[in-house]
Amino acid sequence: MSLVARHLEAGGIPTVIVGSARDIVEECGVPRFLFSDFPLGNPFGAPGDGSTQRAIVDHALDLLESATLPRTTVQVPFAWSGGSDWKDRYARIDPERAEELRRAGEARRAQQERSKQRRSE
Amino acid sequence: MDDPITHRTFVSYIDRTRDFYAAQGYDEPYRWAHHSEVPFTRPAKPLAESRLTLVTTASAFRPREVKEGVLRGGKEVWSGETAVTPERLYTDDLAWDKETTHTDDVDSFLPLTHVRAAASNGRIGSVARRFHGVPTDYSQRRTVERDAPEILARCRADGVDIALLVPL
Repeated sequence: MSLVARHLEAGGIPTVIVGSARDIVEECGVPRFLFSDFPLGNPFGAPGDGSTQRAIVDHALDLLESATLPRTTVQVPFAWSGGSDWKDRYARIDPERAEELRRAGEARRAQQERSKQRRSE
Repeated sequence: MDDPITHRTFVSYIDRTRDFYAAQGYDEPYRWAHHSEVPFTRPAKPLAESRLTLVTTASAFRPREVKEGVLRGGKEVWSGETAVTPERLYTDDLAWDKETTHTDDVDSFLPLTHVRAAASNGRIGSVARRFHGVPTDYSQRRTVERDAPEILARCRADGVDIALLVPL
């Protein structure tokens, strides 16, 4: 999505990204980024939380209006209501899961190989 | 002041994803897009006179498209009407925190209801007729050479002035 923002911006359409993967967006380099420090999936706020969602739309519009330089990042003034345990949980590699992950990777590569063979037949 | 810290407080998805795939036996880490130059265009008009569109990484919900037991999102740019918020969009094939939350509330990641309200109350001029969906492609070349130009063309066709882009 960051690449799309760059293309639209270069084509004359000002953009703002609202998202939660701060490093991915900032390393790509975008004109305006409103960062929600929320779990991936709901950058405007939790499902059903219409007032936070509306407020974040307002902040995004403010950022479109106010930014004077590219790479302007602003963070929304809200925390995820369920606490911050999700930060350690996402894509975690517990020692007890290591073997499970290794097997999942092998199974996936085998399936990709089968799909590749089917396509070439 | 909050408690002092020894690590940054936001998740590095570049680090997390690299380690997660390495644990699955993938030796070559994904190479993320990185630029030192960033384009910048100032809004040509006040927001109250500007037409806004939205861009999402979600796909239109097509429950019948099951391939090898897995429903795949679209592989092409797609567009939907902004006048009505879709009851649901397809996100299962995207990387988001499925343990913590869900995407059944479309406004939590594609806030059509709230941008229509912003147009009604005069904060923005209008909402464009269509929003757009862009596939999350492993290939940055396909995004840059195929999908981004298609989104730009559709924005221009709809007279879009400003765009709100939302990756899940």
